[in-house]
Amino acid sequence: MVPLSYYLVLSAVLFACGVAGFLIKRNIITIFLSIELMLNGVNLTFVAFAAQLKSLDGHIFVFFVMVVAAAEAAVGLAIIIAVFRTRETLNVDRVNLLKL
Amino acid sequence: MSMHLWIIPLLPLAGAAINGLLGKRFPKALVNTIALGSTGAAFAYALWVAAQFLALPADQIPYLETYGTWMSTGNFSVHWGFWLDQLSFVMLLVVTGVGFVIHIFSVGYMAEEGGYYRYFSYLNLFMFFMLMLILADNYLQMFVGWEGVGLVSYLLVGFWFTKVSAANAGKKAFITNRVGDFGFLIALFLLIKHFSTLEYAGVFKAVAPFAPEASAGLLTAIALLMLVGATGKSAQIPLYVWLPDAMEGPTPVSALIHAATMVTAGVYMVARSNPIFSRAPVALEAVAVIGTLTAIFAASIGLVQNDIKKVLAYSTISQLGYMFMGCGVLAYSAGIFHLMTHAFFKGCLFLCSGSIIHGLSGEQDMRFMGGLRKYMPWTFWCMTSATIAIAGLPPFAAFFSKDAILWSTWSSGQHLLWLIGIIAAGMTSFYMFRLWFLTFWGEYRGPNPAGGGHGHDADAHQAQDAHATSGAHGHGTPHESPWVMVLPLVILAILSFVGGWIGVPESMHGPDTFNRFLAPVFTTYAPAGIAHAVMSEGAGGIAAESSSELAFSLISVGVAAFGLFLAWYFYYKRKDLPAKLAASAGGLYRLVLDKYRIDELYGAVIIQPLIKFSSVVLWQGIDVKLIDAGVDNAAHGAEEVSDGMRHMQSGNIRSYAGWVAVGATVIIAFMVWRGLR
Repeated sequence: MVPLSYYLVLSAVLFACGVAGFLIKRNIITIFLSIELMLNGVNLTFVAFAAQLKSLDGHIFVFFVMVVAAAEAAVGLAIIIAVFRTRETLNVDRVNLLKL
Repeated sequence: MSMHLWIIPLLPLAGAAINGLLGKRFPKALVNTIALGSTGAAFAYALWVAAQFLALPADQIPYLETYGTWMSTGNFSVHWGFWLDQLSFVMLLVVTGVGFVIHIFSVGYMAEEGGYYRYFSYLNLFMFFMLMLILADNYLQMFVGWEGVGLVSYLLVGFWFTKVSAANAGKKAFITNRVGDFGFLIALFLLIKHFSTLEYAGVFKAVAPFAPEASAGLLTAIALLMLVGATGKSAQIPLYVWLPDAMEGPTPVSALIHAATMVTAGVYMVARSNPIFSRAPVALEAVAVIGTLTAIFAASIGLVQNDIKKVLAYSTISQLGYMFMGCGVLAYSAGIFHLMTHAFFKGCLFLCSGSIIHGLSGEQDMRFMGGLRKYMPWTFWCMTSATIAIAGLPPFAAFFSKDAILWSTWSSGQHLLWLIGIIAAGMTSFYMFRLWFLTFWGEYRGPNPAGGGHGHDADAHQAQDAHATSGAHGHGTPHESPWVMVLPLVILAILSFVGGWIGVPESMHGPDTFNRFLAPVFTTYAPAGIAHAVMSEGAGGIAAESSSELAFSLISVGVAAFGLFLAWYFYYKRKDLPAKLAASAGGLYRLVLDKYRIDELYGAVIIQPLIKFSSVVLWQGIDVKLIDAGVDNAAHGAEEVSDGMRHMQSGNIRSYAGWVAVGATVIIAFMVWRGLR
């Protein structure tokens, strides 16, 4: 059986990749993907602990996270399309109308 | 059986509310109907109550009505209630009766003034508060009335508020009263602290075990603080200064509030609190001395004033001094007796002066009057009755009441106070007959006279013109007032004549009804040794003393007649003498004419330093430099900080994300550090 620490390291790596992508990338779609990556990194932690502790709680959390991620994807993509229609770009550095 | 006393004060309150809220659109006739109707109904109801009260058996007096709790906290509670005993009975009839009569007079006097509904609304409101004051069954409710009449006094003194002097006089009246009220309030706090009650019945029972305090103690402190309140409301030294200025108000107001009723509230309060005062000889002494000093001090100022209302104002202060003098020598009933007769004759005098002012289109300076006997016969005869009454000639009202006070003062051993009192009585007689001769005898000295005029400074005339705002009196020659103004004069003149007869002392083979009637109020809770004193003085004295009482009455009459003679000699026979005398007296005359410059003294010692302190320290120091600056600096600081912080909001999503990452890192680092520790 694979030890728990392996899973945790993998999920930390996934999460770190997500954070890095979120901070570095300018394309809004890539940023969105990075967020999904972070979410799934966390999901992996959940299921790893659930298996370890023989508890269903972690699994249920994962389902919740996936449902929320799906909803978020729907809303997020809609927003992205709307932003693209008005700004004709997907570069977040140019989507800065909310600044002071 | 319930008398429903609450109806009496509520009627004028309803009148005040209706006229005050809606009266602007009402025609004058409707305003009159509401104002006079409510006051008249209150008077009529008071008469019915009086009849019921007289039929009550002695053990049901004081008659009490309680309506419910006002406030309750810990072991202290106050309720709404009314208390009717012989003292409030007298006050009730005086206030509603004289008040109603003066309401009638106002209809004529104010007919051409702006703010008609406002005036009557205030007047009704005054009746409400005054009735609350005299009918209350606890000190707190009395205080409500006490403050209320102060408020209405302020409103009515400043009735012509577009005149700066009137507005200032209103403020002066209110603020001076506040000084006195402060003392009264502390007295109430002391009562709460030591007796846990403010109800008359409770307080009187609580003080009953106390013996008269040989030196200053708790009761002396309470009584002295109450006296401070009374000096404010009743215009005694040192807080009398507001009353002469209060003459800026309409004359019927001067008659009702500043002569007949409100200013006597202090006397009423002292008499009402007699169980406390009787146990505090030091405070009683203070009451007597302050009263006597005020009596002569104000009378001496009245000697030389030229404004007809100012003479009457100082006369009022002086007469109030007599009332305090009576209370101060335990002759409470004599003080209240004088209060009642004073309400009649001083009300009449003020209304007569109002009638004169009305007839002369606003002239108040007696130097421009004279010879009015021909033009205003009704006013003349009414004023004559009231003048003789205040001078103390028999058988007019004040002869009996003032004499009762002076005799009580002598027989209580205060011979010096008696002497001062009798001198003041002579002065009273002199200045009143001076006023009488100056206004009604000789030749008319005003503008447009019937027989050739004496010129006078038109500007001075304008300044004296209380009706300047109306300007509606287009009459040139003096004229008698309409019947609606004359009728009240006649009523009060008759009362000034006969009002004293209910108190004819035994020494003159009278039944002494008034003293006997009031005696229970002042003996029930009196300390053991003093009950006898109150009775023996109040009830006219022992037979052996009655002959000397008669002799003292003769002295009073002699003094009054001497005052009359002097006034006649100076102001009728040898009219050139007063001016010569004034010239030879020079500085002294100026000093008295300027009211001993007490206003200036107060101005220099109290008011100016206070204004200086307020403007330099409180306003420019604390307010501007501390409070305002603190608020301003807080706002500027917030602005500076925000200005720096706003650069964080770049609008760049990645920089936001960076901040989130930094924040997360910091939190994680902190948790790790905590975990490792």
